[in-house]
Amino acid sequence: MTFDIFLQHLSNGISLGSLYALIAIGYTMVYGILRLINFAHGDLIMVAAYSAFYGVILFRMPWWLAFPLAIIITTLTGVTIEKVAYKPIRSSPRISILISAIAVSFFLENLAIVVFSGRPKAFPQPEIFSKMIEFGEVYIMSLSFFIPVVTIVVLAALNYLVNKTTTGIAMRAVARDYETSSLMGVEINRIVSYTFALGSALAAVGGIMWSMKFPQIQPLMGIFPGLKCFIAAVVGGIGSITGATIGGFFLGIMEIMLVAFLPELTGYRDAFAFVLLILILIFRPTGIIGEKLTEKV
Amino acid sequence: MAENNSNLKFFLTVGALLLAGAAVFTAQNIFDDYKIRILNLAAVYVILGLGLNVINGFTGLFSLGHAGFMMIGAYTAALLSMPPAAKAMNFYMKPLIAPLTDVHLPIGLALPAAGLVAAFFGLLIAAPVLRLKGDYLAIASLGFAEIMRVLFTMAQSITNGALGLKGIPSINSMYFYWTTALVTLILVKQLVNSSYGRALKAIRDDEIAAEAMGINLFYHKVLSFSTGAFFAGIGGALLGFLVTTIDPNMFTFLQTFNILMIIVLGGLGSLTGTVISAIIVAVMMEVLRIVDAPINLGFISLPGVAGMRMVIFSLLLLLVILFYQHGIMGTREFNWNWIINKIKHNGDIGKKGGKSHGAVGNG
Amino acid sequence: MRKTFFTLMVILLTFSLVAVGCSKSKPAEPAKPAEEVIKIGAYEPLTGGQAAGGKMTVDGMKLANKMFPTVLGKKVELVIEDNKSEPPEAANVVSRLIDQHKVQVILGSYGSSNSKSGGNVAMQKGIPVIGCSPTNPTVTKDNDFYFRVCFIDPFQGTVMATYAFNDLKAKKVAIVREITSDYSVGLAEYFAQAFVKLTGDANSVVATLDYKKGDQDFTAQLQTIKNKKPDVIFAPGEIGESAILIKQARQLKINVPFLGGDTWEAPEFIQIGGKDVEGIAFSTHYTAEAPVTEMSPKFVDAFKAEYQGQEANAFAALGFDTYILALDAVTKAGKYEAKAIQEVLAKTKDFKGATGNITFDANGDPIKSAVIKQVKDGKFVYLTTVEPK
Repeated sequence: MTFDIFLQHLSNGISLGSLYALIAIGYTMVYGILRLINFAHGDLIMVAAYSAFYGVILFRMPWWLAFPLAIIITTLTGVTIEKVAYKPIRSSPRISILISAIAVSFFLENLAIVVFSGRPKAFPQPEIFSKMIEFGEVYIMSLSFFIPVVTIVVLAALNYLVNKTTTGIAMRAVARDYETSSLMGVEINRIVSYTFALGSALAAVGGIMWSMKFPQIQPLMGIFPGLKCFIAAVVGGIGSITGATIGGFFLGIMEIMLVAFLPELTGYRDAFAFVLLILILIFRPTGIIGEKLTEKV
Repeated sequence: MAENNSNLKFFLTVGALLLAGAAVFTAQNIFDDYKIRILNLAAVYVILGLGLNVINGFTGLFSLGHAGFMMIGAYTAALLSMPPAAKAMNFYMKPLIAPLTDVHLPIGLALPAAGLVAAFFGLLIAAPVLRLKGDYLAIASLGFAEIMRVLFTMAQSITNGALGLKGIPSINSMYFYWTTALVTLILVKQLVNSSYGRALKAIRDDEIAAEAMGINLFYHKVLSFSTGAFFAGIGGALLGFLVTTIDPNMFTFLQTFNILMIIVLGGLGSLTGTVISAIIVAVMMEVLRIVDAPINLGFISLPGVAGMRMVIFSLLLLLVILFYQHGIMGTREFNWNWIINKIKHNGDIGKKGGKSHGAVGNG
Repeated sequence: MRKTFFTLMVILLTFSLVAVGCSKSKPAEPAKPAEEVIKIGAYEPLTGGQAAGGKMTVDGMKLANKMFPTVLGKKVELVIEDNKSEPPEAANVVSRLIDQHKVQVILGSYGSSNSKSGGNVAMQKGIPVIGCSPTNPTVTKDNDFYFRVCFIDPFQGTVMATYAFNDLKAKKVAIVREITSDYSVGLAEYFAQAFVKLTGDANSVVATLDYKKGDQDFTAQLQTIKNKKPDVIFAPGEIGESAILIKQARQLKINVPFLGGDTWEAPEFIQIGGKDVEGIAFSTHYTAEAPVTEMSPKFVDAFKAEYQGQEANAFAALGFDTYILALDAVTKAGKYEAKAIQEVLAKTKDFKGATGNITFDANGDPIKSAVIKQVKDGKFVYLTTVEPK
């Protein structure tokens, strides 16, 4: 493998990893607050993709209008889901909320099949993103540069938010200790909604960029990315934003590189990914970052 | 008093079993094949649900790998019980490897073999996976299931890969499925009510306390996991006999979600609940088909919207989980005491009423 | 002691039940056909992973029902049920169609695994089924009640291999297949076998690479293929993934022709693929431009009228043909009764469907010509017809 080709694969891995990271962060934020694996998170990608699609195709909006609008729609969807399906059973055993999340996921997917039909649709690729840039033998789509940049910007903003603003501190407090935070006057409901809104917005951004990179959308498109990002979040250390980022990049790069170095075994790609993940979990049971879970006896 | 109750309960149980047997007999002879098929599927769900409940409900281990064990069991039973001619027809792309081509066991052997092979893989997987906790365990178990699925898809000379297997011996008798379900229920019930079962529940309720009390965590967790895997294998095998074709795509993590949904609906940690919800889910899925098809109410005609069934199903699921978080039965089991007490109390009230009446009369 | 006795009793009970149950259950009574209305059943994946193909097929069936609403003087009610793209559901649904709706003939299904499981139930009940698009050979093997209007993969693979060898003068090919799809794996295998036979060179297939359902990134596979410098790449798969695969190939400056199978004939393929899929060719079932029968243009025009300017696709055409073939068989049988219909179907010869002349062989597979189409100027353009040997 020449250096050029290696670079090509690396750039691809980085852009894929950025997408995974964005979506994984959403997962991990919700988990940190509610200890909930939001299986419906992956389907928010689908919601964002269809919103953007109809914005551009049906309402003929320019992309710089349709995409932000899609993000807003997805955010509203995420917050609504929280209010309707998770809030009422917040005090129930965790497994109930999990089933609720699965139910919401099924609902979104099947509703999409009924409304949009199962046939895939072509997602618009605005000129600015689909330009191919040449580096000698290597050809990289401009989007592939754009994605990591967006991810880094988002991460920086998020870091600032979580560490420097009051809301951010409140979020961290609730994640650390739910009951005490409410005793200290933190409005739990507002913080939870806020977290969901943020997570959904991130999923939306990830979803739109995903759809530009792989320009077909269909109702079940969120299932595999959702699963992979959940894995990325866990491997990075669930509950930690940095962990999710690392997990996302790690998963994305590894996925590409594995197949790049062992192309005959592409059919086993997923299996390799899972084996590696399980190995990591065996040696670092709480993920790469790993929060120390001291259980109070 | 206790002796009487125990006797009574015993006869009630036997009576109920005979009643169930009679019900199956009647159903087999009266219902059309469609209804029988659905009820058989319900039996399979019961077995799958009970297996998963042992792991998730009674031991508190969040395992998402059930579909993987189902697949192992299904393929084992299929490869062992299919006649060589059928196998030859299936493996037209890559031939099946040597010893398996001629193996042709009766179902009575293939079925337990399926469970045992699945349990074996459960043992193998248990070692690395059960050291993890909570959601990490979930991911690892799901990972293993998906790894299995990839291996099965790629191993064309053993499983025929994506081409799948067709021509598995077809069994449509309700006795077969419901007897297996009943045996499963009895075995699981015995396990849960034994000292092992109490240890599992202790682990579920508080691992550290359980360990402090001297329970070997790892041993019991492995036991629970393998048992669950065993019944998953049996369930998978039965699914094969019911549908007569299998392929790896039938056993994705979505299938595990289905079973998880059933046991949560019934109540994690309740065997009765699992049985009830398995039947309800199997039946509801079919009943809901009416919304897919056009409905003619005489004065208005609602056009059929394909896929509406699944939308309504997920909505119903959502509603149930929102209002019945603990599922139908919670952690309670069906118990004869409940009925006996009800009858006894009615008798008591009658007496009490008489007394007070007398008192009033006297006063 | 009590407990042991109880357990023993139960086991005894179990055994006795099993012994009783082992006697064969009563054979189901033959379903009585409806009086006023003739119900024809159809089972397709309307939800789940194969919903796209199912919808396209159903569109064709519904169109046919609209165009030909009666048979034997009675109205035909097309009962379409969803099999969720899952074999257990397919078995349930076929059972329901037969026992509840009392249909005497069934159409479907998209997806060979669904068809295999549904076909087993139908065979046990003696109801004939006409498949629209499942191309896996085993669907009709060992099943006298299953027929299909589409050609099967062994033939289709040969068609494209011959085209690659004769028309494109390819000496080396690479194959990309979806390893989780029996369609892709099967077709790729037949293509490879045929191509090797044509070139006489066992190494003429320079690379075979896989991807899984849900994968969207194929750059690693494509990079490897690029290094092997094939003349042609054969990549049978679903529209979305294939279109993206070809786009990524073009982005990597892989400019050799791509070839595919009948799944590519849908407008979305061009919509998603855009300029990058110009020039690719694939085998399919029919074409409007060189109609094989008088039914073809009728179908195309009716489709355009019914579905608002949408181009007809191969699956709709096949769905259409299953319906009219069923109607034809019922008419020839003279009565709406399963066994009679099955016997007529088995003898089908030169039936003029929209997708071509259909004559069934001993297995219930049609001996049909295939058509090769190309994408040119953003449209599907007819290239040539390939006759079966």
